[in-house]
Amino acid sequence: MNRSAIDLWVGIFVALGIGAVLFLALKVGNLVTLDRAPGYRLEARFDNIGGLKLRAAVKAAGVVVGRVEGVRLDPQTYEAVTTLRIDREYQFTKDTIASINTSGVLGEVYVGLDAGGDTAMLKDGDRIAKTQSAMVLEKLIGQFLFDKAQESRPQELKPEEPKPQEPKPQEPKPQEPKSQQSGGTSVGRGAPQGVKK
Amino acid sequence: MSTDTAQRTAYWLRRLGAAVTGGVARLGYCARFLVAVLWHSPHAFRRIHLTLREIYFAGVLSLVIILMSGMFVGMVLSLQGYQTLKRYGSDEQLGILVALALVRELAPVIAGLLFASRAGSAITAEIGLMKTTEQLAAMEMMAVDPLARVVAPRFWGGVISMPLLAALFSAFGIFGGYLVAVPLIGIDEGAFWGQMQAGVDFWPDVTDGIIKSFVFGAAVSLIAVFEGYDSKPTAEGVSTATTRTVVISSLAILALDFVMTAFMFRGAA
Repeated sequence: MNRSAIDLWVGIFVALGIGAVLFLALKVGNLVTLDRAPGYRLEARFDNIGGLKLRAAVKAAGVVVGRVEGVRLDPQTYEAVTTLRIDREYQFTKDTIASINTSGVLGEVYVGLDAGGDTAMLKDGDRIAKTQSAMVLEKLIGQFLFDKAQESRPQELKPEEPKPQEPKPQEPKPQEPKSQQSGGTSVGRGAPQGVKK
Repeated sequence: MSTDTAQRTAYWLRRLGAAVTGGVARLGYCARFLVAVLWHSPHAFRRIHLTLREIYFAGVLSLVIILMSGMFVGMVLSLQGYQTLKRYGSDEQLGILVALALVRELAPVIAGLLFASRAGSAITAEIGLMKTTEQLAAMEMMAVDPLARVVAPRFWGGVISMPLLAALFSAFGIFGGYLVAVPLIGIDEGAFWGQMQAGVDFWPDVTDGIIKSFVFGAAVSLIAVFEGYDSKPTAEGVSTATTRTVVISSLAILALDFVMTAFMFRGAA
């Protein structure tokens, strides 16, 4: 093979390689965002955005209608200010509610839009007035436990009354004293508590 | 009987000692060889067409196998990753999984292994055969240094080709992963790229991969030219040297990969 052909092929090879590095840098590593899809921007403020990331989906009725373009903190109000880029073909009413949702327990976090009945539509640069923050799982669990503790035991006792009888025969005998121990202070509640555990 | 046992023990100890000293001497020879190659490297760049020709043979002709394997590895990663991630309802994370696995580990290592078997063995065989047919000796007779004329261009051809091949492997692997994830499985395209961009940083993820591939390229090229230059000048010697190139450079890639990953690892801290 003559020299110029080799030069040409090496040139193509090196260009391809540099192209691959650029691809890794720009498209994969996100040094610069390349795409500038047409659409209009809306602003939504949340008390807590949870795990929302840049370029997360904006969905209405489960359909992807846009992307999260910017996330920043307002230093005055300590609210998270998100910029949503919505496809131009979709219009939303003025009283649209924006909420932060999660698909699945550990899944992707996205912004959900629920349109209302207003006749006026949101325009470029408008702010979505009604928002619903992300539900932080730890807070929810804490709240749930707290509520459960508040709902005093007598209420629980009645619906769970048949249950203690069912597991009891299955339980091996050494566990009997254990459940009483956990019941501790009051003998009457010993059994249901042991079952709950 | 005791003398018999002592003699046998001494025999095995002597063999062990010989193996170690032989290995160390060879390693030292290899290191001196590397210095000599580096010393003669300016020649490889002054007469750049020699190096370009080696980049053509080591890099351009390896393109097909590298791109094909990259694509298939990415596709398989995507399928397998989806199976597991789906269980936790986080199949949107597939982009991160494919990109990080490829960029950090798989692209440099697999491209290095393929490069060792595709190009490294060829370099060893070529130099070994040149030695067997006394072409190297003839060059020395004509006052042409074979290190400058034959070895250095091949070494640098490999060192330059390898990072480019690994980057192409990554890019095509991610493209293959994309092909399976988005059109085939139906993961949201924005989530695929968005999660990937959120989880992969150019610095240090991509640069770590580039550093790794550069080191692998240098290791494979050095082993290839050294084994060729050091081979016994017989048909059998050349075949042994070629086999050794593939075995040693594959092991070197895996061992170096572990060492470099251990240095680059900062997750726990």
